[in-house]
Amino acid sequence: MSTRTDTLLSVRGVETYYGKIVALRGVDLDVHRGEIVTMIGANGAGKSTLMMTICGQPQARNGQIIYDGQDITLMPTHEIVSRGIAQSPEGRRIFPRMTVLENLQMGAALVDPSLFDEDLAKVFKLFPRLKERINQRGGTLSGGEQQMLAIARALMSRPKLLLLDEPSLGLAPLIVKQIFDAIRALNEEEGLTVFLVEQNAFHALKLAHRGYVMVNGNITMSGTGAELLKREEVRAAYLEGGRH
Amino acid sequence: MKTATKVKTTGDATPNWDADPVLSVEHLTMRFGGLVAVGDLCFNVGRGDITALIGPNGAGKTTVFNCVTGFYKPTEGRIVMRHGPGRQDDAVEAVTASGLKWQSTNAGGVFLLERMPDHEISHKAKVARTFQNIRLFGGMTVLENLLVAQHNPLMVASGFSLGGILGLPSYKRAQQEAIDKAVYWLERTHLVERADDPAADLPYGDQRRLEIARAMCIGPQLLCLDEPAAGLNPRESAELNQLLKYIRDEHNVSVLLIEHDMGVVMEISDHVVVLDYGVKIADGAADAVKSDPKVIAAYLGVDDEAEIDVPEIRKDVAKVAAESDGATAAGSKKASARKAPAKARKPAARKTKAAAPAADTAFAQPLMATGAKAPAKRGTAKASARSQEKTSAKAPEKARAPKTAKAKTGTTGPAKTAAAGGAAKSAAAATPAKAKPATRKPAAKPAPAEASEIKIANSGDYPGKQPHGTRKPRAGGGNNLTRIKGIGPANEKKLNTLGTWHFDQIAAWKKAEIEWVGAYLSFPGRIEREEWVKQAKVLARGGETAFSKRVDKGDVPTSVPGRRGAQPKKTTAKGGKA
Amino acid sequence: MAVSGTKTPVAGPQGDPNSLQASIKDAAMAAFLAGVLGFFFIGIRTDIAPGGLDLKMRWGAWIISILIVFAGRLLLNLFVYKTRRPVTRNLSIGLSGSESRLAQAGKVLKWGLFAFALILPFFFTTFFPGRDRQFIDLAILIMTYIMLGWGLNIVVGLAGLLDLGYVAFYAVGAYSFALLAQYLDFGFWLALPLAGLLAATWGVILGFPVLRLRGDYLAIVTLAFGEIIRVVLLNWYEFTKGPDGISGIPKPTFFGLELKRGEGGFADFFGIAYDPIQRFIFLYYIIFILALITNFVTMRLRRLPIGRAWEALREDEIACRSLGINTRNTKLTAFAIGAMFGGFAGSFFATRQGFISPESFTFLESAIILAIVVLGGLGSQIGVVIAAVVMIGGIEMLRNLGFLQQVFGSGFDPVQYRMLIFGLAMVLIMVWKPRGLISTREPSAVLKEKKRIGADMVAQGEGH
Repeated sequence: MSTRTDTLLSVRGVETYYGKIVALRGVDLDVHRGEIVTMIGANGAGKSTLMMTICGQPQARNGQIIYDGQDITLMPTHEIVSRGIAQSPEGRRIFPRMTVLENLQMGAALVDPSLFDEDLAKVFKLFPRLKERINQRGGTLSGGEQQMLAIARALMSRPKLLLLDEPSLGLAPLIVKQIFDAIRALNEEEGLTVFLVEQNAFHALKLAHRGYVMVNGNITMSGTGAELLKREEVRAAYLEGGRH
Repeated sequence: MKTATKVKTTGDATPNWDADPVLSVEHLTMRFGGLVAVGDLCFNVGRGDITALIGPNGAGKTTVFNCVTGFYKPTEGRIVMRHGPGRQDDAVEAVTASGLKWQSTNAGGVFLLERMPDHEISHKAKVARTFQNIRLFGGMTVLENLLVAQHNPLMVASGFSLGGILGLPSYKRAQQEAIDKAVYWLERTHLVERADDPAADLPYGDQRRLEIARAMCIGPQLLCLDEPAAGLNPRESAELNQLLKYIRDEHNVSVLLIEHDMGVVMEISDHVVVLDYGVKIADGAADAVKSDPKVIAAYLGVDDEAEIDVPEIRKDVAKVAAESDGATAAGSKKASARKAPAKARKPAARKTKAAAPAADTAFAQPLMATGAKAPAKRGTAKASARSQEKTSAKAPEKARAPKTAKAKTGTTGPAKTAAAGGAAKSAAAATPAKAKPATRKPAAKPAPAEASEIKIANSGDYPGKQPHGTRKPRAGGGNNLTRIKGIGPANEKKLNTLGTWHFDQIAAWKKAEIEWVGAYLSFPGRIEREEWVKQAKVLARGGETAFSKRVDKGDVPTSVPGRRGAQPKKTTAKGGKA
Repeated sequence: MAVSGTKTPVAGPQGDPNSLQASIKDAAMAAFLAGVLGFFFIGIRTDIAPGGLDLKMRWGAWIISILIVFAGRLLLNLFVYKTRRPVTRNLSIGLSGSESRLAQAGKVLKWGLFAFALILPFFFTTFFPGRDRQFIDLAILIMTYIMLGWGLNIVVGLAGLLDLGYVAFYAVGAYSFALLAQYLDFGFWLALPLAGLLAATWGVILGFPVLRLRGDYLAIVTLAFGEIIRVVLLNWYEFTKGPDGISGIPKPTFFGLELKRGEGGFADFFGIAYDPIQRFIFLYYIIFILALITNFVTMRLRRLPIGRAWEALREDEIACRSLGINTRNTKLTAFAIGAMFGGFAGSFFATRQGFISPESFTFLESAIILAIVVLGGLGSQIGVVIAAVVMIGGIEMLRNLGFLQQVFGSGFDPVQYRMLIFGLAMVLIMVWKPRGLISTREPSAVLKEKKRIGADMVAQGEGH
């Protein structure tokens, strides 16, 4: 089944609805092994919906999602996740009444426990702030710290594919930089495949090997990060006027 | 705090926020169990100002907001909200002594927010707020959201529901007025078309604006916004800026905002307060705060030099130039010349990378060549440096302009500019001690050789040990320190000031030196975190790190492509200028 | 697998080779489990035999039950769980469309039901002269529950505070009237507002300590409060006569005229023949008007700032506080007004029965009222009506299903199974419409065009 090693995730013609409202209108995209792929687009374009559809919540009404050679379109979320997809969802869905450590333990629930300490050290190196807060409850962390925790928790599951939904949201410039550096390092050193949805188009495109632009539930452009950064349409819509 | 309060008031007498504060936070302390989230914080929010509260994540910004808006009861401290002009010091003291929560007259009013429950702060003291993770009434329509915000006046108009149940006309009138007010704010926020849609249906950016509109419907005097631009794209951020300015200018509402988007903060803020670990580290006008090294180290991040350091370096350089006497003038000007390219390089580098990777390597080679054999062509260097100086001020703006126009000059540039660039660099190298950061005052004089050749006046003020430095790099010029992750052009300059030119010097640092340099450069802990020493060891051996490879490829806009030689830079910017 | 860079045709139900195999495997597993569990429950039967129990194996029943499980699971797998196009998906897509149609139908139904309710007693006296009394009595019962449902809807549906002890206010209302009548000789009309007021007071008293709580804690404490009231009524013998109850509660009068036979009665005054049905018709109109008042006040309040504040509270309490809404007072008003209507209904209940005892105010009553609100759709007035008719009317209807005895044998009493059927119906409705029959929300203020708000947007508040 896994004779093809190249493509880790392939999304074909996926349509997703909320009730009668179309959120995705036939999305095609590929994420290859060892790649960082980003998806940019305006608010409400359907970026987060796509990410959630990959995780099976909501399920695609039409189309197909193949992950690691298997059709996961209609799999329940927990089965999808157990196959090595980790998501840091939009809105920092951490466990507010659990401590930082417990949150991270939850992230590592499916991983060999003997690896926990090693992973924990790695994650704390990435986010020293979390180490300071190790026994604090998730809900009492500041917004940015919760974001860090959400990403850290996703990493604890040793994913093959990491889905990040707006990881830079609400983070200080310095931290954003650290997180993007960390993503790059994980990708380069450990070959982690990353699919990233970002509002911060400039940083995301700079980081990513390839990017897609989503408008109104459709993918309108794709190319390498550098190519997209050059495109006039991209600049006009997502870059100009902001800091970069 | 003591260090911070004196920091800066730009020029003229008392700034607005001290003369006419709408809100004063005085010695605010907030503890959660043993954790001190905010410690003895004092700052003022000027009437009619847009004040930004910035700082790293977890610095306590939202905690301050929650104290101001009554969601937390502060452990200690006083928070004074004033209606009406002036400091009203007498009234403030009178209310504090009286044990009342507030006192209000026709002329104004004084509200001690730490004594008031949250809903009274909104209702009486007229402080409105928004939330980091948008809190709209998702199942209610946009219009309803704005009507809920006018609850208190409408309650009175409805005779506390009795008149409303009986259908008295006075209530219908009041309701119509409330709807008119809502429509006004919907127009301002471009949401009229969506008035009858549930709030949860709106896209993220619209929800952010709706939350602001809702807060405005309570008729506030102070509007507190918690990360209003989070998750907005640049265009939406720009719209937000317009809206906030409109609110300030047309409705005379003071705005206090927490924001991470420096584009928003720097563009619209009259006043910036910076927190770190619950303590104020800077307070002043936006420009002043932006270039405060403490702020850069704690918050903005030093790697952003190319984007953020611009004014600092410009000022820095100007100052150095002014201080220099005739003998060193040429050198320092060259330092200034060196900086300008640093800024302009970024777009150029990116462009070349995107356009022609092949050209990129071709580009780097002449650089290295000239870098190696460039020493001492003072005459030409001086001349070119002078001509650069004029344009150096303009360079940053250019760097921000759309890059396509410059693409051609960028690629044709190298041959012409390489020579001058190399010369400028060597000149800079000759006078390293002068190229020091202006915000610190380390006087770099010739030093006794046993410790470091560079003598820092207050060297003893920093913990640890000053590393050994030489006044000049060894033959062949210094290494390109920007190949170390964490060191950008500005840091490289600072390190050169300390006499650090080579990877092996950094590689030799021990704990004491690391501590000292960290403190000196105002970013304690970062050297360890970014593993400068480890990187330097690899690079000193002639090895490569993942980061240095990217630098060499020109992928890192804040670093300088090029391998050994001293500082093979300048070239690209001059291309842009020509 | 034929997955490549180009578009792959979407596989149909048969296109997935795993589907059948996996389904059979899964069904076999289910059948095995059914076999293990069923062996003792179905496969073995114990009969009382002389000298002890007699074990009898029922292999046939056991095997049949395994086969049923296997076939059922297989069908579910093939058409729902393990297929690309589950039949239920079309169902749910269809239903999302039917939501607005349902709301539309609700609007028509509203006026239809109102008109019918208005003439109901005469409808029954005319068309079912033999059983009119029974039907009108049932209508009174249903109407009482509608009123209780509407009252509770303020607390649960609008303000989003889960109250499991609503019956306490019903009891307070009933006992207020009964005791006022017994000790102070109050009549129904005088006692009615007092009973409402007392219930509201109790609502506030309960509210003060309870409203700091959230979610499950709120629900549990309200439940406890409901029980406390009942236990006090049960044990305070000197005052309430405890389990003996209070009897001889006066009947309501029609502007001073009693509905009785003979001199000075209603019939005598108007010169018409006395008929016991007149009393039922009168009671029916009393509760009908009380319910209408409840509805009218609720609908009005929804459009007033207080009502909007309740709904805002349900959506997001913290945001409410930031907008200057005193959430404690707002919650208290919701509790008090809900309790007041409960009190009115309680004193009506007392006068209708003529006899009350704590037996009538058990937790089951609270549960039924809450079930009516939840099934109807939180916050929906017409939903409550439909749910009350279905649930209360449905249970009573079970009494009349004589034909079931022919099917299941003469020992079968459908009423015995009413709770079972009740629960089953509830599960089905919740599967079909998880947010109640009418789950859309009607906005309370409109600028241009009224659009109903889908249930998925609307928050449910505390304790859900």
